[in-house]
Parts: sequence; structure tokens; C-alpha cells
Amino acid sequence: MSQSNPRVLPGYRLSISFTLFYLGVLVIVPLAACAITAAQLSWDQFRAAVWTDRARAAYALTFGTAFVAALLSSAIGLLVAWVLVRYEFPGKRLFDSLVDLPFALPTAVAGLVFSNLYVPNGWLGRFLVPLGFEGAYSRVAIVLVLVFIGFPFVVRTLQPVLESLDAEAEEAAALLGASRWQTFRRVIFPALLPGLLTGFALAFARGLGEYGSVVFVSGNMPFKTEIAAVLIVGRLEEGRPNSYREATAIACVLLAASFLMLILINRLERFAKKDEG
Amino acid sequence: MSITVQNVTKRFGAFVALDDVSVTCPAGELVALLGPSGSGKTTLLRVIAGLEVPDGGTVLFADDDITRHSARDRNVGFVFQHYALFRHMTVFENVAFGLRVRKWPEQRVKERVKELLHLVRLEEKAPLYPANLSGGQKQRIALVRALAPEPKLLLLDEPFGALDAKVRAELRDWLRRFHDELNVTSIFVTHDQEEAFEVADRVVVLNKGRIEQQGAPIEVFEHPANEFVMDFLGNVNKLPVRVEGGRALLGETGDVELPAKVFGASANGRTDAYIRPHELDISRTAEGGNCMLAKVVHINPAGSVVKVRLLAEDFGLMINVDIAPDRYRALALKPGESVFVTPKAAKIFEPDYAI
Repeated sequence: MSQSNPRVLPGYRLSISFTLFYLGVLVIVPLAACAITAAQLSWDQFRAAVWTDRARAAYALTFGTAFVAALLSSAIGLLVAWVLVRYEFPGKRLFDSLVDLPFALPTAVAGLVFSNLYVPNGWLGRFLVPLGFEGAYSRVAIVLVLVFIGFPFVVRTLQPVLESLDAEAEEAAALLGASRWQTFRRVIFPALLPGLLTGFALAFARGLGEYGSVVFVSGNMPFKTEIAAVLIVGRLEEGRPNSYREATAIACVLLAASFLMLILINRLERFAKKDEG
Repeated sequence: MSITVQNVTKRFGAFVALDDVSVTCPAGELVALLGPSGSGKTTLLRVIAGLEVPDGGTVLFADDDITRHSARDRNVGFVFQHYALFRHMTVFENVAFGLRVRKWPEQRVKERVKELLHLVRLEEKAPLYPANLSGGQKQRIALVRALAPEPKLLLLDEPFGALDAKVRAELRDWLRRFHDELNVTSIFVTHDQEEAFEVADRVVVLNKGRIEQQGAPIEVFEHPANEFVMDFLGNVNKLPVRVEGGRALLGETGDVELPAKVFGASANGRTDAYIRPHELDISRTAEGGNCMLAKVVHINPAGSVVKVRLLAEDFGLMINVDIAPDRYRALALKPGESVFVTPKAAKIFEPDYAI
């Protein structure tokens, strides 16, 4: 009984079953549990829980800081990736591995370090606070720490893209009379754009979900520096009968919004890649 | 615009890619840089384009020393072996690139691109991306992209190397036609001697970073300057000979004499003689006596000459002989038969004193 199998690697059924199973157990079940718990609230209770002024301020802050941080991460990440791929300098490998450090560092540590640096009598804060730059217990502080956590995603997504860029295309552009800036803008950047968008999406998603570091640097003032995750924890700690359900309700809103944003970015990526087919 | 390369040297670490190279390309000529891989031909082309800075020597465009000018300022059209098209731009935008960076007005860009695409008969491909083109189509686009800003010099780096034989022959004709119509000076790199001889006005043969010979194709073919050129032009029998009393005798023993001029006739010794396949004749009888016995191994009748491969068992040599189809029919050769091979001409090169 010989069946022709067009696939090179065996085990298609087994691997696809495992993949779906794990995806189900690890992702879908918890998310569904979240939605089901929230659904135990009545519509009015749900609205009351998720759409208070304080909650709206928290959503806006969460998405706003994550977005700004992802933008900054993209710029910094592009620069770092470029330097790591295009230039040779002493200590390059060490620098390269340092990029991964924010992945490994407990984010609470990052939060503590950042807040200690930027408080008015911290190493950096004592110079920056008099200049009007409040790097601790402010929205700026949240963005700072989210960039720290987010930029490695951009670096690591762009590095392979930069390495595989067609050097001859750049030479061709120069020979056709393009300046360095024109070559970058018209030849290199469009090739990097899909990778840059992926990196942006990862940094943005990471920023939306970040809790450990933000809780230490932001000061967690309602309406000012309280992010949605902190609000959820706050609800849980209130210990009322419906606290848990209200917390999951807020989580559901956050989840739905994040999902929509990521779908949007995914669309953009596909659009940027459309011509390579 | 004539191109002059004077005493150019280029090293990559310890590797000497170009060793004191001087080349002249007269204005309006189509010049082939011919050599095996690693001979420095591509490096030379890249030095002329401004993609490599030479360690020493000068490059002149007409009378201007442009050795230190950037690639961008040289106004050179360059075609890469692997096309180097911009993947994320349409065919139209690829061709328009050199015009857009020069800030040509939109109307003129449109006209110029249309005209060029018409020239290579790819107008209908304008809105497509390079990924949707065949290799030959990509290279045609690369060619007109290079020509769009009206360069005075067109450089091509193994332009047809990645294409199959039929497309290659077709594109060779395109190149020759463009070159003649557009009045540019063109230099192309190739390792294919047939391509060089078929297209070029002038052939420059390189080896190990040095120029072995340059001149018109007929000159290089009929009077190869040394063993390397003779060997590289290909299709030649290299036979060991011994020199005795001013005569070149084939092999270790025997007295088959080759009709070649022997240098330093007084010095007896061993060397190699080169005989092109058409300079040998096959006969059934040993008429004249100055011939070697050989067994027919293989016959390739597909072509304007019949290529016969023989084994001269007395000398342990494989020999290639080209004979006219008429002669082949008259002889009625079959594999396995023994025949006589007579050398009509042969060439022995002066010993290389450098060694």
C-alpha cells in the first residue's frame, strides 16, 4: 500500500494535530475563559465596569504609550540593526548579545532601575528633572521603559532582512545616479518596510501587555499614569463579589482592541510585501 | 568616449586582483574582457564603474581622470549578471529610476521609458514586478534601465551568464544592435570566448590579474601571444613534444615532426605544441609518412564541421580533429577504426622566462 506523498518531511497529520491542540490549550481556552467570565456580567454591569472615565483614560494611556514607544523602538531598532549588520567595530559581538538582554531581564528589574535613575535625586534625574524632563512617575517614564523592552524585537526582526538585502541593487541605484539618501529611501527602505512593520507590531503588542516594569516607573496615578493592566489588578484587589468579573471585562476590551490593532498591522505588512510574489 | 586604464592595481587583503593593468577602449567600440574566473575581469569592470577604488593607477574617461569620482558621478550604465532589478518596483519604475533621481519631468520620463520598453519589446510588462519576468526579460529590463539616463559608457558584468543558450544568443544580438545604434562605448565581461569573439570589436584576455593579450578578435585568435591565450581560447590540442636539433618531434620517441617554428633551436628539451582541430587531417593511408596512427573514439556530426575524437595509442593522447562534412562522408569513418592523422600546422610558444 504505497501512497505518493508530495511532502518532503513526514508527519504532517501528527504535527498539525499537535499544533492545533497546543494552540487550543495554551491560547484559545484561556482567552475563552476570560470572555466567559466577563459574560457572566449583565450588559449594564459590563458597560459600567469597562467604560468609566478612569478606564477610558487607562485605555488611552495604554494604547498611546505603547504606540509611541513602538514608533521610537522602530527608529532605534532600525538604527541598531543597521549598525550591527553594516559596520565592523570592536566589541560588536558583545553589543549584539546585549540587545537580547531586555528579553531576559525580569521587567520588574527594568522598572526599578529606570525609576531609580530618573527620580529627582537619581543619577540621571538630578540633571534631567531641573531641565523639565521627568523620567520617573510620568507618561514619559512609561514610554522610556517600553522602548527599552520593545526595541530588541525590531532589531531581531530587521537583522536577517538587512543581511539578505541585495547589495547589487544598492550599487545599481548608485550607478543610476541616486544619492545615498535616495538609495536608502527608494531602494533599501521599501525592502525593509515589511520587517519594520513586523518589528513594530511585536514591540507594540509587547508594550500593550507590559505590566511588571510600568508598575514601578509610572506612579500609577488614576487618569494620569495608570495603565489598563494596573487598573485590572486594582479591580482584583478590591475584593468585591463582582471584582473578578469586572477585571476580566476590562481585560476583554483590551484583548479585543489589541486584536484589532494587530490585524490592521498584519494587513499593512501584507500590503508592503505584495509586490514580491 | 574612450576609456583608458593605466597601471591599475587592486588588492583584496593578500589577494592581488589586478596587477598593474593597462587597457585602452577606443570611443564607440564594444570591448570584451575575457578570462577565467578569478582573473580580475569583473574587478577591472568595477574599477571602471567606480564600485571599487584601485590601490594604484588611474582611470581616464576621454581625457578626464575620474579615478577618485564616485560611481554616482560617472554616468555609467551598468548591467549585473543577476540583473539587480529593484524587486519592489514595477518594470516601469525600474527603468524610470535613473530618470527620477535626476528629476526629469514626469512627461519626459514617461516618453523615455515607453520608448525603451518598446525597444526591447516589453511594453506590456510595464506594470508587472520583476518577479513575474523570465530571466531573459529581466536582463532586457536591466539593460534598458542602464541605458535610460543616456550614459556614454555601458558596462556589463557577465550579462548573459545566467541565461540558457538560446536566450543568450538572442541577447548577444540585442547588445550588438544597441551598441551600434546608441553610439556608446561598451565593455562587457565574459568567460565565454565564443561570446567575446562573436560580439566584440576588441578582446582583452586576462589571467591572474594581468593582461595576457589585447587586440581585435582575429588578431588574438590567429596570433595568440602565449600558451595561456592559446589554451584559453579553447578547442585546441595540447601535445607534448621534444626538441631535437631544431626539430619538434611528437612524444617521447618516434619521428613525427610537427610543422612549428622552434624557439631557441639549439636548446634540446621538452615543451608543448598547440594544434587546432582544423589543423589536423585524417586519412586512410599513411601518405607522406609524417603522421600518427590513431583510433576513432567518437564522432559528433552535428554542426558545420564534423568533430572527430581519436586516441593516438602510440603517444597515449586524445586528439580532437575537425573535418569538413564532405571529407567525413568520403572517408566513411566509424568509431573503432584506425586511421592516420597528419598535422598541417602547429604552434610552439617561446618559453616563459619569468619561471
